[in-house]
Amino acid sequence: MGLEHALGDTALTTTIDSAINWCRKNSLWPMPLGISCCGIEMMAFAMPRFDVARFGAEVFRFSPRQADLLIVAGTTTYKMATVVRKIYDQMPDPKWVIAMGACTSSGGMYRTYSVVQGIDQFLPVDIYVAGCPPRPDNLLHALLMIQEKIQRGESRSTPMTVAAERQEQQLLQIQGINNN
Amino acid sequence: MLTTVVEKLKAQFPNSILGVREFRGETTVHVKKEDILNVCAFLRNDEAGLFNYCSDICGADAYTPENRFEIIYNLYSLSYKHRIRLKVFVDEADLHCPSVISVWPGANWPERETYDMFGIIFDGHDDLRRMYMPEEFEYFPLRKDFPMMGVPDSIPLPRK
Ligand code: SF4
Repeated sequence: MGLEHALGDTALTTTIDSAINWCRKNSLWPMPLGISCCGIEMMAFAMPRFDVARFGAEVFRFSPRQADLLIVAGTTTYKMATVVRKIYDQMPDPKWVIAMGACTSSGGMYRTYSVVQGIDQFLPVDIYVAGCPPRPDNLLHALLMIQEKIQRGESRSTPMTVAAERQEQQLLQIQGINNN
Repeated sequence: MLTTVVEKLKAQFPNSILGVREFRGETTVHVKKEDILNVCAFLRNDEAGLFNYCSDICGADAYTPENRFEIIYNLYSLSYKHRIRLKVFVDEADLHCPSVISVWPGANWPERETYDMFGIIFDGHDDLRRMYMPEEFEYFPLRKDFPMMGVPDSIPLPRK
């Protein structure tokens, strides 16, 4: 925001941050990248039956410059990887990425020379959605998880805030204890 | 109708037809590589054949020391609604084969695809570029000696 440079980490700036994050999370503008069959489910996710407008993310933007949530829905080939990365690079910060479907997350059933085995090889991914294809509800769940992340002030594209980092470490510690 | 075509073909090109095979109602003719253009032109224009539609051209890799590659032409006649298949052997030492785009302009892309996947060079093709793989890719993915997961780092990924 820039305000914190002047005022520091005071009650005013943290409240403003929280308000801004609340606005952000309820007005996500997705950039749809339906590169194959998962794209159909992504369209269903925007349609009235599942109705993503309930969560304020119904404005699908076909220009990356106006979007802050990249939904990569489909098999990403090596040839397409350059395009996906270019679109990601054109999006303004802060931005989030959903890897939708088995193909995008891990190569899926395409264990071949031409398909990238997971887009996290060239993109920072926030949420992976399992399924081939995932149901639209699954994608809605991913969207809600992104909203939680935003409320916590996390973004992979910009460095995490100190508070969020501390929170994640605590979370990891708790998980570690549970695993042991 | 098809039998007449095959008979005519045999009479017309006694030295270039290496064999005819019938399997489940499908006719396959083995043709000598050098004469494929003439055979195709004959099949396209002969009034008993009229194979005016080249539905696909593809390749196959038998991975044998001799006659390693095969090019397969699937032809269809829109007038008579019959099909024929031509096969040509290509040796690994000499990967050239005459192009048939002068007979069917639609053979352009299938030949590019065969070049892209098997590395067979079609002489006389006016635009023999890669079809699916990136232009600077050096391998031919459908060859039997190409690893299924590809050659590491042969296609660059964007930086993270
Ligand atoms: S995960 Fe399944 S549905 Fe989605 S793009 Fe891959 S193959 Fe298609």
